[in-house]
Amino acid sequence: MLKRRWAKVLVFAAGLAPIFWLCWRAWNQNLTANPIEFITHYTGDWTIRFIVLTLAVTPLRRVLGLPDLIRFRRMIGLYAFFYGTLHFTTYIWLDKFFDLPDMLKDVAKRPFITAGFTAFVLMIPLAVTSTAGWIRRMGGKRWQRLHRLVYFTGIAGVAHYYWLVKSDIRLPAMYGALVGVLLLYRAAVWGMKRKSGAAVKRPVSAISPGALRDNP
Amino acid sequence: MLIKKPADIRYSEITPKQIYMNRRNFLAGAPAAFLGARELLSPSARALAGTKLPDVQKSKYTVDEKQNSYQEVSTYNNYYEFGTDKSEPAVYARNFQTAPWTVSVEGLCNKPRKFTMEEILALAPLEERVYRHRCVEAWSIVVPWVGYSLSALLAKVEPAVRASYVAFETFFDRRQMPHAAGLQFPYVEGLRMDEAMHPLALLCTGMYGETLPPQDGAPVRMILPWKYGFKSIKSIVKIRLVGSQPATSWNGANPPEYGFYSNVNPQVDHPRWSQASERRLGEFRKRPTLMFNGYGDQVASLYNGMDLKKNY
Repeated sequence: MLKRRWAKVLVFAAGLAPIFWLCWRAWNQNLTANPIEFITHYTGDWTIRFIVLTLAVTPLRRVLGLPDLIRFRRMIGLYAFFYGTLHFTTYIWLDKFFDLPDMLKDVAKRPFITAGFTAFVLMIPLAVTSTAGWIRRMGGKRWQRLHRLVYFTGIAGVAHYYWLVKSDIRLPAMYGALVGVLLLYRAAVWGMKRKSGAAVKRPVSAISPGALRDNP
Repeated sequence: MLIKKPADIRYSEITPKQIYMNRRNFLAGAPAAFLGARELLSPSARALAGTKLPDVQKSKYTVDEKQNSYQEVSTYNNYYEFGTDKSEPAVYARNFQTAPWTVSVEGLCNKPRKFTMEEILALAPLEERVYRHRCVEAWSIVVPWVGYSLSALLAKVEPAVRASYVAFETFFDRRQMPHAAGLQFPYVEGLRMDEAMHPLALLCTGMYGETLPPQDGAPVRMILPWKYGFKSIKSIVKIRLVGSQPATSWNGANPPEYGFYSNVNPQVDHPRWSQASERRLGEFRKRPTLMFNGYGDQVASLYNGMDLKKNY
């Protein structure tokens, strides 16, 4: 089922649903009394959700025994970047009105902005090199190493959210726990591999260009 | 409101005669009396909001700025007892029981006593004051509140000379407020005595000419226009005159970020964000934040000689 073409179309549509919902609410003038804040929070929420989802793909493949989930990882990751870009745009446009000096001051002075900015910037090279062509050019191993930057995006994203809330930390704590579990899983796998001594290479198929195509 | 005519209960049965005999006060107390009657008939009835308050006088403490809409002010609320998302209080406070209601004024004073809501509404002429309201989160609104200076209420209990601070407490009932989160409850706030006695310090019982909706702090709250919004405590049940600086909720939750004074000050940033500008709801561009939220002429003298960076 996961191998089917429509599965990918379905995931693609699901990823667009939040932005369509936002547009629908905007059209109906239903963006609360503070629309700019609402858009900022909404796009931020979806960014971190997609980051968690993309981090969940590898563990879920193994735990659930569904290796074909890999077909959706790039798309989910790109959606994280998409919503992150919207979130960032809302900030520089609707919050800062492109006041670059003020923005840089923010980035330097406010830890939550610094963290959010870091999380976003780290996603840029990943989005750029997300194509099959780039995997080929870089070689699977180097490509994979680069894409581990997403771990730091996850951590910085959670820190951004945690430092932003006034006192109700339940949601950032939840995302923190999710990212924590997903990273611990990787640490555990890595640790076990080291312990077993067998330098088992990751199955190349997980990251080969072919694996990302529709019909491997 | 749905109920247009008086319910089957005589007003005199639920209102002290003293108030009953006074026409103006009678009218001022009428909405609360209706509410009382309604609650008796239907305990699950919605808290009464949007009842017109009679005989509201225009006040000189009014800014000439575009007012925000009732819709904006009643759907965008920080009231953590009813949820920490600003859209939640309008939903979760819907059934908040605000009658009968009493406010206990106690502590260091000659005549401590409880006031019923009817008594509070009748205690002094109700004024409409259009104030700027600046949240610590850097958004602001302009609202026509209704009420009178807190000093009128405090005068009734004759504060003792030793009373140098006023402590406030919000109603709390986990059963009615299952979504309360993010802070320790009940919510408490405080003012220095001279701040509390300042005419701008409004004991607020309404907005837009009507009684307060529950999400805006019904039935009675403070409005302190020169301080960040969280100082303006909602749904007050207790006012205590005390001799030393009382604990306040946000200060207790995070002392470096929320001080006791919390005067609006564009020069002192919140540790995590700038306070130099604000977004007035309904406006696209941000506007600069004014010192003491623009009330410096009236209140700056309260803080003469104080380091406002230290006493944030």
